[in-house]
Amino acid sequence: MFNFVEWFHQAKPVIQMGTIVLGLLSFSTALVQCLQLLKPKSDFSELSKRIRSWWLMATLFFLSLIVHPDASIVLFAITSFLALKEYFTLIHTRIEDHRVLFWAFLSIPIQFWLVKIHWWAVFVIFIPVYMFLFIPIRLVMTGKTAGIVESIAKIQWGLMAFVFCISHIAYMLNLPTIPAIPGGGKALVLYLVFLTEINDVAQYIWGKLFGRTAIAPSVSPKKTLAGFIGGVLTTVILAVLLRFLSGFDLTLAIASGFLISLSGFIGDLVVSAIKRDMGVKDSGALIPGHGGMLDRIDSLTYSAPLFFHFVGYMFYPAPH
Amino acid sequence: MKTFVRILFFCFIVKPLLSFILGVNLYGKHNLPKHRQFIMVANHNSHLDTAALLNLFPLSQLKSIHPVAAEDYFNSNALLSEFSKTCFNILPIPRTHITKSNNPIKRMCEVVEAGHSLIIFPEGGRGLPEEMAPFQTGIAHLIQRHPEIPVVPAYLKGMGRSLPKGEFILIPFFCDLIIGELLYLKGSKEEITQALERVVSELGRKLND
Repeated sequence: MFNFVEWFHQAKPVIQMGTIVLGLLSFSTALVQCLQLLKPKSDFSELSKRIRSWWLMATLFFLSLIVHPDASIVLFAITSFLALKEYFTLIHTRIEDHRVLFWAFLSIPIQFWLVKIHWWAVFVIFIPVYMFLFIPIRLVMTGKTAGIVESIAKIQWGLMAFVFCISHIAYMLNLPTIPAIPGGGKALVLYLVFLTEINDVAQYIWGKLFGRTAIAPSVSPKKTLAGFIGGVLTTVILAVLLRFLSGFDLTLAIASGFLISLSGFIGDLVVSAIKRDMGVKDSGALIPGHGGMLDRIDSLTYSAPLFFHFVGYMFYPAPH
Repeated sequence: MKTFVRILFFCFIVKPLLSFILGVNLYGKHNLPKHRQFIMVANHNSHLDTAALLNLFPLSQLKSIHPVAAEDYFNSNALLSEFSKTCFNILPIPRTHITKSNNPIKRMCEVVEAGHSLIIFPEGGRGLPEEMAPFQTGIAHLIQRHPEIPVVPAYLKGMGRSLPKGEFILIPFFCDLIIGELLYLKGSKEEITQALERVVSELGRKLND
């Protein structure tokens, strides 16, 4: 029989975080409407498109967390798929790589199936070891050696960043409820994803307001020192304020704020450098107002595994 | 019955494939002719091209749109022939051994005169992945005889990477499809062919910017 009390206890962190995000998004939607009324001549359509996409992404994310434990795994598997597809579209691949790319895509269902069955030992080595060993030999089997080094590196990097690293978010959902972390994996995922994304937004806003000096002019001229510092401070403060979710004490909350903010920034920078090398501004056109999937999850490729290991080291002695 | 199978095929296979597995970004949608006859001209690198172009139109219109296809390839075995006729509504034309009785231009004209629309790949084959070959002049004969029917130029990018010639395994890539403004062409065969080739490759350049 459906046990409402138990369901509510499980869903509590989702409802808490959902309410906060609902408030933030409603506030931003109202703010953009007001700005448009006050300054009818300025164009806010790009910004409102961006916020509308946030509404959609947040709805999918929170719904998947509440509906069924597997729904979020599927959602993150789809995210991985779209990101990997976008990455392979962006980079140059050879005709000989065709069949190998098929195996690369096939690693997504396998990796997320390992998440579902909680097989930690294989989860952590499947892509870094077994795909790493398999892809070169499959490329060698095509018999074409010209450009093979590039192909090996490009395919493996895509798998590591967009399948292996992103799947850590899904695996985090498996972490059980323990006295130190009453919300369990669900609360940790909410904490991680919210802080990573808000760090992006805060960097953007602080940069727009006070940004003068570019922090990495040759990689991403739009990222400023003020944006970076403002982003770090905002994320650390929010990490402290939201620590009721994760159950961290003050020191751990500050540490995870710094960790998520700095690693998120690095992830963003790495993907920016790749886009710049490929000569594009946006990685795709999938998410209106944001660009592509990579533009949205670039920060998570770094923050997800690092935060996972941080929490694992502190609270969940291996193997998970 | 064929129409019914075709609609099912598009709903359950073509549409999910193009929108989720691949993801086609469409540009210049406003240039698409609505409820009128047309001749669509595009570059060709993949079987997916035909699916993507047909998918631009409402399902109800599919019965009056015929992609022009190589008889030697699509009629090479009974299964492929039946499949391509039922699901894609192709108009097979010969590429070699052309005689008076099987003249491809005549076959295309008959379809157009019956009020139907055509999708033509004037490169005459899929060729190398993501490379455009020179256009054949056959299309110019058709346009000369029917200058009143608008030509819709289109350019596809990425399909040749997803499913290149000689491959049967599809790899997901995001693809682009751009539709140009309607054209009414006049002049000699060479002029028409060159004009078409110029417009289509121009669309390709626009996509890359």
